[in-house]
This record gives sequence, C-alpha cells and structure tokens, in this order.
Amino acid sequence: MAQHQVLCPLPGTFYRKPAPDAEPFVKEGDTVKAGDIIGLVEVMKQFSEVQADASGKVVRFMVDNEGTVEPGQPLVMIETA
Amino acid sequence: MKRLLVANRGEIAVRIIRAARELGLETVAVHSEADRDSLPVRMADVVVPIGPAPAAKSYLNIDAIVRAAQDSGADAVHPGYGFLSENAKFADAVEHAGLIFVGPTAEVIRLMGNKSVARDTAAKAGVPTVPGSDGVIDTVDGALTTAARIGYPVMIKASAGGGGRGIRVASDGDELRKQMSVAQTEAQSAFGDKSIYLERFIRRARHVEVQVLGDGSDVIHCFERECSLQRRRQKILEEAPSPALSPTTRERLCESAVRLAKSVSYRGAGTLEYLYDDDSTEFFFIEMNTRIQVEHPITEMITGIDLVREMIRVAQGERLRYQQSEIAMRGVAIECRINAEDPAKNFMPSPGRVSEIDLPGGPGVRVDTMLYPGYTVPPYYDSLLGKLIVHAEDRPAAIGRMRRALQELRVAGVSTTRSLHLELMDEPRFHTAQFDTNFLEGWLATRHPS
Repeated sequence: MAQHQVLCPLPGTFYRKPAPDAEPFVKEGDTVKAGDIIGLVEVMKQFSEVQADASGKVVRFMVDNEGTVEPGQPLVMIETA
Repeated sequence: MKRLLVANRGEIAVRIIRAARELGLETVAVHSEADRDSLPVRMADVVVPIGPAPAAKSYLNIDAIVRAAQDSGADAVHPGYGFLSENAKFADAVEHAGLIFVGPTAEVIRLMGNKSVARDTAAKAGVPTVPGSDGVIDTVDGALTTAARIGYPVMIKASAGGGGRGIRVASDGDELRKQMSVAQTEAQSAFGDKSIYLERFIRRARHVEVQVLGDGSDVIHCFERECSLQRRRQKILEEAPSPALSPTTRERLCESAVRLAKSVSYRGAGTLEYLYDDDSTEFFFIEMNTRIQVEHPITEMITGIDLVREMIRVAQGERLRYQQSEIAMRGVAIECRINAEDPAKNFMPSPGRVSEIDLPGGPGVRVDTMLYPGYTVPPYYDSLLGKLIVHAEDRPAAIGRMRRALQELRVAGVSTTRSLHLELMDEPRFHTAQFDTNFLEGWLATRHPS
C-alpha cells in the first residue's frame, strides 16, 4: 500500500466544504479518483479548487477546515491501491 | 465636519484621506491586524485598530467601526467601496450614533440595493430596463411563463447578488427548469436570501455606466464610463467616455440616469450601470451602485471634478456647486487596474512583499495606489494594488500614453497584471474599440492558453 500526499498549490485559507453549512467535499475513509475536488483554497477573495492528483482511499486530512496553508504543504493523505 | 473616519483599506482609503485633507479635515484610519503597516495607516492623523485580519471580523464589523468613530472623536464616516459601503444597516448605525454617513440615506441604499426594486424604480422614472420578470419569481411555472414572454436566453439572477455573482443562464425551458432550484439554493447560501428574478440575456453587450452626483434634491451627471473589458465579470480596464456612443445616445443615456437618481432624491456620488447594444443602440439600466467606484478617476480626469471631495461636501449638507451646463468633458481617460495576479498562471493571486517599485509620472499620468517599497500585500483582501490612469486629448494619444506609463511601471516581489495591459495596448481590437463584455475572456484564451 503506497501513501500519497496531496500538496497545497498556493497560500491561503483551506476549506474542506463548498459552503459553511455544507457537507465536506470528501471525508476520511472515502474513496477518491484523481481529479476529484478535495477542498478549496481562498486567497485574495478568490477560491481555487484543490483536486486529488491520485486515486485511492482518504486516510486523513493534515490541515483543519479554515486552516492557514502554504504552497507545498501536505493537505491530505491518500492510500493508493 | 471636522474629523472623517475612513471605513476602508487599500488604495481607496488613501484616496479618501487625500480628499479629506484638501478640505482641511482631520482623518481617522481604521485597520485590521493585517494592515497595521499599510499606507493609509501611515497617512492618517488618528489610527484605530478594529480587529483581526479576516474582513468579517474587522472591515465588516459595524459595531467596531462605529465605536472607533466615537472613541476617536470623528464626526463623519466615509465607507469607500466594497465592505460596508452599500450596507443600509451600517448607514443607519452611523447616523444613529449621531455621525454623518458620506453617501446616500440608508433608505436609498436599501431601495437601490435590491435589484428587482431598483428595476421597478427605474421603470417608474421612464428608464429602459432589460426585459424581465416583474419582481421576484417563486415557482418554476412562473419562471417558464415569464421566460416565454421576455424571450430566451434568460438570466436567472439573485435579488441580493452583485458583482456578477449569483447569475445563471438558461437557453430554453428545459435548462430553466433545471437551473431554477439550483439558483435558489445558491442564492440562499451565498446571500441569505433565495429570491431570484429573470432577465433577457443580451449576448453581445457593452457595459456602460453613468456617474451621477446629487445633493438630496439636485442631481447632475458627469458623463459615462465604458467598462466592457472584464474577466469573470470583474473590470480590468475602463475608459471615459465610451468610444461606442454617439452624442445623441450619450445625451439620452445620461439624462435617463439623472432622471432615475432624481426620482430617489439621491445624495452623494452614485453610478448607474447599463447594458448597451451596439447594433440597436439601445441601452438598458441594470443596477445602481450607491457609492464611489474603483474607476471614478477616469471621470475626474475628463471632467476636472473631484468626485470624492464633492461627495464629502454634499454629506455636510452643502448644495451641489455645479450646474449641469457647467460640466464639460475633455479628451479621453483610461484606467488599468494593477492587480497582484499572474496573467501567465491563470491569474493566480500573488500576495507578498513588494521589494521595489517604480511609479510612472510625467504629463497626463495619475497613480492611485497603496504600495510603497517594502510593503507586504496581505492574502486576506482583494488583489487590487492600484490604478494607473492616463488622460490625453484623444483615444490614440491616451493609448500611447498608457503604453508609455505601463513601460515605466515596475513592481518587484509580486506578480502583477501589468504585462496583460501592455499586451492590450497593442491589440488592434482594443485600438478600434471593437469589443463587448465577452471580448477579454476570449482574447485571453487565445493569448494565454491554459
């Protein structure tokens, strides 16, 4: 079992949900495909989608919802098949 | 009025402090924790911290700002643009605290802030609006009946939306049926109000807007601005006057704006936005912004009127100092918005430290910015670093002057949209002014394939 980290592409604030009262894009234990949205990064009032760049099972999030993130920072750990 | 609090940040806070100083007023800057070292904070006579970096906890915190005004002995509040500038509750709170709000009454903000009410108000004043629903639409059946009357394609718009947010397009009944409930859900979660309305979607339109100034009884216009060059419905470059209007159309357009603003006894600076159809020369009122706009300097350049100063004067209860017949326009002005974004990387935001900066100068050049060497652009707010504005006797001269000014501009440390504007200055369709609101995105797709 290989583990893969999805890295943050840009600095800002990380959101796991599309809206404050919405469900998270993905939860720990979910299966994701490469290209699935796993969160949003807000910087300068612009929201950028963060996509999984590998397929597999979400092991854990390494950043809290609304956490401050830097480029290259690991966001989520995926267990690839 | 003796001491004016500026309830904003960035370049517009700098702009307002300048106008206030010239009127002999003292200034109060409020700031979030992220803006402690900002230029308006350096410039103001009095400085009051109002909260943490996120705008919701500082620049949108009505109680904190009103308290800052009272504690600092301010007797008036200028809201700038964005943030609380079109928030009627804020205008109310300022006035209830016994302070002057530099802008229209809360009642007028409320009236024009609701798009469907604003449309009705326009219709009553005899101002043409885009064919659309009479007010809010609740049901799918109602939407289908209305769409059949006004004609497809139609836009589904959130009543409480703005800045291009909360808009969907449906090209037939099937699409409308599908989009309707999504649009209502989106409107509810984005604006806390699920009301939506319908409008005919005009495929090839220019965005033209009229600047007005009112004192609560008289209203004058200061001609129009052309703001069709937009990306994601955000203006990138504006010019005044519009290169598309004949003198006759201009007169009809500007007169309609004055009629509408007079019908609500408008006080302060305001902007009426219109769609203009080149082919039919028809114009349609879309909405009114009851505040100063980012692009106000191009109007100041062609008319010689200091709009920010005049809005402070009328807020003090003075009458307008100009008759309409005294307002003339001379030459052409262009504004380029310099944003901290990288055009080569799909406009990725680029906050960070500005290590060096060279600002252009010389004849007919104005720079409105909050930058200084060593300033760190925070990641929490919008990406506007400043505006480069030029004025010249005609459009070709203004374009040549803008190209020259852009060449002189240098910002080191962060990426900016300067390179995009330089490319636009060499674009034939910009030279011939052959564009509509869709032009820029299509042009970008060919210039910068992503």
